[in-house]
Amino acid sequence: MNPNSLVSISDIDKEEILRLLRQARYFENHPNQRILEGKVVATLFFEPSTRTRLSFETAVNRLGGRVIGFSDASTTSSSKGETLKDTIKMVSNYADLIVMRHYLEGAARYATEVTDIPVINAGDGAHQHPSQTMLDLYSIYKTQGRLDDLTITLVGDLKYGRTVHSLLEAMQYFNPTFNFVACKELQMPAEYRQFCTDKGMRYEESTDFSPEVIASSDIIYMTRVQRERFTDIMEYEKVKNLYNLNAAMLEGSKENLRVLHPLPRVNEIDQDVDDSPKAYYFQQAKNGLFARQAIICRALGIDIPEE
Amino acid sequence: MSSKKELAVAALRNGTVIDRIPSSVLFEAVRILGIERLDKHVTIGNNLDSKKLGTKGIIKVADTFFPEDVLNRIALIAPTAKINIIRDFEVVEKYHVELPSTVMGIVKCDNPKCITNNEPMRTRFDLVDPAHRVIRCYYCGHSVAASHAHIK
Repeated sequence: MNPNSLVSISDIDKEEILRLLRQARYFENHPNQRILEGKVVATLFFEPSTRTRLSFETAVNRLGGRVIGFSDASTTSSSKGETLKDTIKMVSNYADLIVMRHYLEGAARYATEVTDIPVINAGDGAHQHPSQTMLDLYSIYKTQGRLDDLTITLVGDLKYGRTVHSLLEAMQYFNPTFNFVACKELQMPAEYRQFCTDKGMRYEESTDFSPEVIASSDIIYMTRVQRERFTDIMEYEKVKNLYNLNAAMLEGSKENLRVLHPLPRVNEIDQDVDDSPKAYYFQQAKNGLFARQAIICRALGIDIPEE
Repeated sequence: MSSKKELAVAALRNGTVIDRIPSSVLFEAVRILGIERLDKHVTIGNNLDSKKLGTKGIIKVADTFFPEDVLNRIALIAPTAKINIIRDFEVVEKYHVELPSTVMGIVKCDNPKCITNNEPMRTRFDLVDPAHRVIRCYYCGHSVAASHAHIK
């Protein structure tokens, strides 16, 4: 097992999170360099993903490294019944780093156990996706100038949304106040509410995406409510539009408020929000490039400056 | 000695007695400890009277001394179990089983999307809440009460 692997955001502590953010800022100012020259990075996407794969591959390419891999497991030996262990062992012979996404939960952790090269988890089912968390943190840090003492409103699917769970875990070091806005079916699970209590993080729960909640927020983190999460389709129809954001709702909000969304969005953020200076989700996706450049260099043990 | 109650199962000269196993999980405990594979004398009693449990099961294994961490595996399903180590008909050591901090290879994860249910590999669960006896899959993070753990 390689100690530079990153499977879960809880694998790294506050100091490492802050260092990665400063390095992401360095890469934002100097995105094109040749520091990965001679390195081969394998991107193994057992499950399709556009944004994450392209941003990891762009990160490698802009740093002068080479990429091998696949974006669809049906073209690989895993469709012939090869075990994940064998695939990882085989790829480890060729590459210096594995970036993997898998539909099974815990797949990346297991991969770290069967190889000596570092593994970056680019999403394992509904479980962990630490590079998304790092780009979320970087976006918050960039737009607010700090991570400490912020009021963060999480909206939509708080039950199954892995991004909100990981963000909540990472914010434990920064004294946040959370608003959890969700319908009953998709509320924040008890274990995460307990986690907030254990770590001294304040939170309020609400089923109403009210003007008061919006007015109190420094960050609104929107998520998609997915139809397939509901056993009762009538319930879905009832709640699907309760947690949509439009430009009029942002009137009276704080000047520093920024709206984040891990994307893809469907209709939970109205198109009229896109033109607001408070809309930040497209820049957020761009920040993923810099956050991932920093994560890749950490995984390969390459020292880079901080800014 | 004449006042001593009649023993339901024969006394042991040397070996291990696992007492106070809830009747409903006795055979599961036998399986977890791999007792079917032993070639020593094994005596198993079940549905015996117990003041604390109502009825209980008991396992006596001659000339066998299990490592403590092996015996502790049955704490998952039988937290009441008590171990007696017998040498020359005397109890030389007794203790209650304790839930180990890590359980390897015994518990099956309930999450069908967990990697452990889809690869030929060993499961691992960590004790995350000793007060409520909650264990969590090391791989997918799925939590379960030890009493509801699905034993392989």
